[in-house]
Amino acid sequence: MSGLARVIVTLKAVVNDPQGLTVEHGLRSLGFDEIGQVRVGKYIEMRLDAADEVSARARVEEMCTKLLANHVIEDFRFDLELSPA
Amino acid sequence: MKFGIVVFPGTWSDRDCAWIVERVLGAQTEYLWHKDRDLKGCDCVVLPGGFSYGDHLRPGAVARFSPVMEAVIEFAQRGGLVWGICNGFQVLCESGLLPGALTRNSVTQFRCEWTNLVVERTDLAFTAKAKAQQVLRIPISHNDGSYFADAATLSHLERNGQVALRYCTAEGLVVPSANPNGSVHNIAGIVNEAGNVLGMMPHPERAGEQELGGVDGLLMFQSVAAASIKVLTA
Repeated sequence: MSGLARVIVTLKAVVNDPQGLTVEHGLRSLGFDEIGQVRVGKYIEMRLDAADEVSARARVEEMCTKLLANHVIEDFRFDLELSPA
Repeated sequence: MKFGIVVFPGTWSDRDCAWIVERVLGAQTEYLWHKDRDLKGCDCVVLPGGFSYGDHLRPGAVARFSPVMEAVIEFAQRGGLVWGICNGFQVLCESGLLPGALTRNSVTQFRCEWTNLVVERTDLAFTAKAKAQQVLRIPISHNDGSYFADAATLSHLERNGQVALRYCTAEGLVVPSANPNGSVHNIAGIVNEAGNVLGMMPHPERAGEQELGGVDGLLMFQSVAAASIKVLTA
């Protein structure tokens, strides 16, 4: 099977997010008064080969833990789409 | 005392480190390429400033997996002196040799300016020549220098006296206005529990000659040069 993983990495709530603050101020100055807090994260898309869903999920989880997210400051989540090769 | 200077793709403070060690201090240096596992008998490994691997993903995130880091981690675990400066500090945190992480400056600016640092540990190889609570004037140059650790880690660091350097005023006062990047507790540099691994955001190699504006950074290199710690490299 081939797979497509879509990973989202976000800063933990206790970590300052100056990028989010800047976007927030930018949106307000454009007149979007309804804007509350803005947080900026990362979106990572990966194509991969997969034997089955369980092992593919475990591998993506490992990729996130080892490299894609820093557990001190970030959280991650992902979804995985599998299709016959 | 031989200083090893690690060079990753994107490192740019390696030559400045070599300059201060060789030309100002008169000690030996050896460049350590990121693909090498050989630390070439160096007594202190410096991870210099720069943008290793383009800072892609996160500063230091990719550098930590380079072959040289395997040797550096092993060397540090055996008590060898490892000194991460700026990007090197980020690499040390990513590699787990030091706790916490460096995040984007709270001021949303790249900060390149002189800072004052109060020395809170003078029993370290890196600071032995400083007086207790001495204020060092050393510049910073970074975008991601805001030190963060969770509350439990932070209190552990403080209880153990692992904060080696803190941003302060010229008079040595640790106040928010002296904090250039939003680091928790004004932290500019920390050591591991054993005290042989130091990570700091400021650049001591850029404060080694009066022509550069100050010599306080040289004091740290002199401290290391005088250290008697000898750990054989693998």
